[in-house]
Amino acid sequence: MKWGVVTFPGSNDDRDSVYCLERVLGQEAISLWHKDRDLHGVEAIVLPGGFSYGDYLRCGAVARFSPVMSSVMAFARAGGPVLGMCNGFQILCESGLLPGALVRNRSLSFICEWVAVRVETTRTRFTARCAAGECLSLPIKHGEGCYVADEATLKALQDNEQIVFRYVNQAGEALESANPNGAVQNIAGVTNTSGNVVGLMPHPEHAVEALLGGEDGRKLFRSAFG
Amino acid sequence: MASIPVDLQLAHDHGLSTDEYERIVRTLGRSPTFEELGVFSVMWSEHCSYKSSRRFLRRLPTTGPAILQGPGENAGIVDIGDGLAAVFKIESHNHPSFIEPYHGAATGVGGILRDVFTMGARPIASLNSLRFGAIEHPRTPHLVKGVVGGIGGYGNSVGVPTVGGEVYFNPGYNGNILVNAFTLGIAPTDRIFRATAAGVGNPVIYVGSRTGRDGIHGASLLASREFDDKSEDLRPAVQVGDPFIENILIEACLSLMQQDLIIGIQDMGAAGLTSSSVEMADRGKAGIVLDLDTVPTRETGITPYELLLSESQERMLIVAKEGCEEAVKDVFATWDLQAVVIGEVTADGLFRTTWRGEEIVRIPVSALTSQAPAYERPASRPADLTAKQQVDLSALPLPTDYAAVLTSLLTTPNLASKEWVYRQYDFLVGGNTVVQPGSDAAIIRLKESNKGLGISVDCNSRYCALDPYRGAAIAVAESARNLAVSGVRPVALSDCLNFGNPEKPEVMWQFVQAIDGMRAACQALEVAVVSGNVSFYNETDGQAIPPTPTVAMVGIMDAVTHHVTQWFKHPGDLIVLLGETHEELGASEYLAALHHQECGRPPRLDLEREKRLQQVCLRAAQAGLFSSAHDVAEGGLAVALAEACISHPRQTVGVRVTLTGDLRPDALLFGESQSRAIVSVRPADWDQLKALLHTSRLPFSVLGEVGGTDLEIAGYMKIATAALRQQWQTALAQQLTHA
Repeated sequence: MKWGVVTFPGSNDDRDSVYCLERVLGQEAISLWHKDRDLHGVEAIVLPGGFSYGDYLRCGAVARFSPVMSSVMAFARAGGPVLGMCNGFQILCESGLLPGALVRNRSLSFICEWVAVRVETTRTRFTARCAAGECLSLPIKHGEGCYVADEATLKALQDNEQIVFRYVNQAGEALESANPNGAVQNIAGVTNTSGNVVGLMPHPEHAVEALLGGEDGRKLFRSAFG
Repeated sequence: MASIPVDLQLAHDHGLSTDEYERIVRTLGRSPTFEELGVFSVMWSEHCSYKSSRRFLRRLPTTGPAILQGPGENAGIVDIGDGLAAVFKIESHNHPSFIEPYHGAATGVGGILRDVFTMGARPIASLNSLRFGAIEHPRTPHLVKGVVGGIGGYGNSVGVPTVGGEVYFNPGYNGNILVNAFTLGIAPTDRIFRATAAGVGNPVIYVGSRTGRDGIHGASLLASREFDDKSEDLRPAVQVGDPFIENILIEACLSLMQQDLIIGIQDMGAAGLTSSSVEMADRGKAGIVLDLDTVPTRETGITPYELLLSESQERMLIVAKEGCEEAVKDVFATWDLQAVVIGEVTADGLFRTTWRGEEIVRIPVSALTSQAPAYERPASRPADLTAKQQVDLSALPLPTDYAAVLTSLLTTPNLASKEWVYRQYDFLVGGNTVVQPGSDAAIIRLKESNKGLGISVDCNSRYCALDPYRGAAIAVAESARNLAVSGVRPVALSDCLNFGNPEKPEVMWQFVQAIDGMRAACQALEVAVVSGNVSFYNETDGQAIPPTPTVAMVGIMDAVTHHVTQWFKHPGDLIVLLGETHEELGASEYLAALHHQECGRPPRLDLEREKRLQQVCLRAAQAGLFSSAHDVAEGGLAVALAEACISHPRQTVGVRVTLTGDLRPDALLFGESQSRAIVSVRPADWDQLKALLHTSRLPFSVLGEVGGTDLEIAGYMKIATAALRQQWQTALAQQLTHA
């Protein structure tokens, strides 16, 4: 499968994503430049983590207007698989491809740690090869990862099975004590109604090698090409 | 523009002495212009000229078979094999961080990153060493939160992982905190760039952020003077950083270096445009002329004096090959960065600048560099040191509850978990972090090979205050030990020498002693000093900080899979103490925390024994014999055992051990004898390890075994590890919030 990883100025995990796809998972992966509208025939797109355009104004708010994003939006609306991680999730929310928004962590501090998330639905392009209710160990590293949405949106997310991941404790329970950033209903990731666009705050691309702490992240990428 | 008249008083206001001013007049054969006075004042400042330290720094060993670049460049370079080089340096940003903690610390990170990538290396790991005043001091929580926030705010955004470091609290830093930032990068050995200006007629190109009025006289008036009650007024001398610009500047510079377009490149750090151009000209044995009218500025009305001295961040100076100007500009344009030709390399050996057609600076480059003043300042042993080195153990009551002592040690801010700090840092970006913060050494893998690098930052400044020679030697030994127990072979170090006012003989004595102690340890352990910096004038109202020669050591492991972490893993593993415990409580954390005494001599250091311990650890790690290995440091054996039980990122485990020896129990449990490590080993591997220990003539004792849920030291304590972990983990945050 041919993947495209978008590089915005200020992206940080773009090289890590390419490494994960190419060197660890044996996929074809190319960089997509933020100024280039041409998607070069990719079959799946990754919006990586980092601080696109310095995250000035609001996380993802400037990236959403970059030339490449108009093509990404068209690609997503046509059903193409798009995975947004961390800053990529923020950009997907800003661009309207995913509902809700991400605001500052409840602690007001940046948090870097490994967390457990529970797979809430397998009806997406990036969780198809997970088991429903399965817990994955993935790292988070963000200052603005607190997911928020209004009541109507939350109800729609619930009704349409759009909540993809929740933060849980070691026993797999989505308790408040297992919520690292204050996200509503412990939500760590969501999808669109058709399940081809997924955004999450954790970093599956940093959980693909046992040497570096775990391999659970592989399942998300494998779901797309397997 | 009317020029500002220069006289002796103005020179004094610039931090220059009468002698130095007269020397300037002699050198030039005339009075300097206002701009020239500014240039001299920054280039001859302690911070830029190392005038008090230069002759002593030469005593440090700086060469070795793997050393590609020692001190004198932007960073040191070590050959790590496979055509790759590790490029690294530690640098202080103390004074700005005290005045404005967030931006002071942030720009410290930014500055050290530029020192590394300017040599062609992609930065892959940052660490830091922080010192704050007493946690109860009203200013400390604000400073800690600001500094940690600034390091995270900059480092996270710029995309380089912060993989480790150290944080200590001591009332000696109440008026002067220390922020020492370290970065390591990787470069191909055949594409290393140096900061040199050569080739008459080659263009000098300015890239990065525009120049503003921030940071003027940061090097001279902020970093080269003591603080007093007016120091708050120096806030405008603190720079403000922009990690986003740095992020794209890194990418643009590394992309530029893929092509054959430039001769040299240097960061505009302390003393900005002036020092970068002067130092490049000096290394290239050339002259340089700059047209200040062409320098990109943030606002109108900036004077040439300000342009020369501004320390605006995220700026680089490049000497390109003639004719390559447009190609260089194209690279930066890709990243929407500005690149402007502002001058050229000349043959006259002069640093010249023009402004509106007029030459306002004309100084021989050598007068600002090799011919700058150098002093051999008087040094004398502090009169009260001998008294401070005494400790009367017979007058010291033995504790009645050893479990309570251990708990209180583990909840002191110095020994409590630093998770509150490092979880604010992205330690994963880059995808190389094998051992995350919280073990003895940070371990990163090299994607290009099976190798790994280990890094550890260390200094016990209480030891250094009570015996600077021994304290500095221990800093080197402990840093190397932290690597060795992790399975990493120590190779080279970068030092950050933080001291008080060198014009005071007692401070100068501490400095010289520390240099000699470092030298002895480096020689014995075969570690070279490849880079570093000196930070003097860490004083407020005449009170100097404890001498703090911070050591950041880098080592290599041939197979990264052989790395060892400090925490116990398998129930049933044997616990073995390598080395011996002596009755040494002087300068210990136990004395300070429990008895409120900072006195006595630090523990003895036998460098030959130390070397054997480290060699055993390396061989055992390579043979896969260790389940865990942990340096015994502050808090002694009991604290090291407890840490091995509770520092695993996700779980705790208990131990049952018996300590023997006819020492005072508190010395046995909490004394800080050097050259010790606590290791755990599978019973099946014990014979092999024992044979290795015998061959190496290294004393050892089997203490007990891993298992259960309690930390049990027979006859002294039995504590539930889960509860202990909870207290250890939350202590720092609690004390910062409630202080």
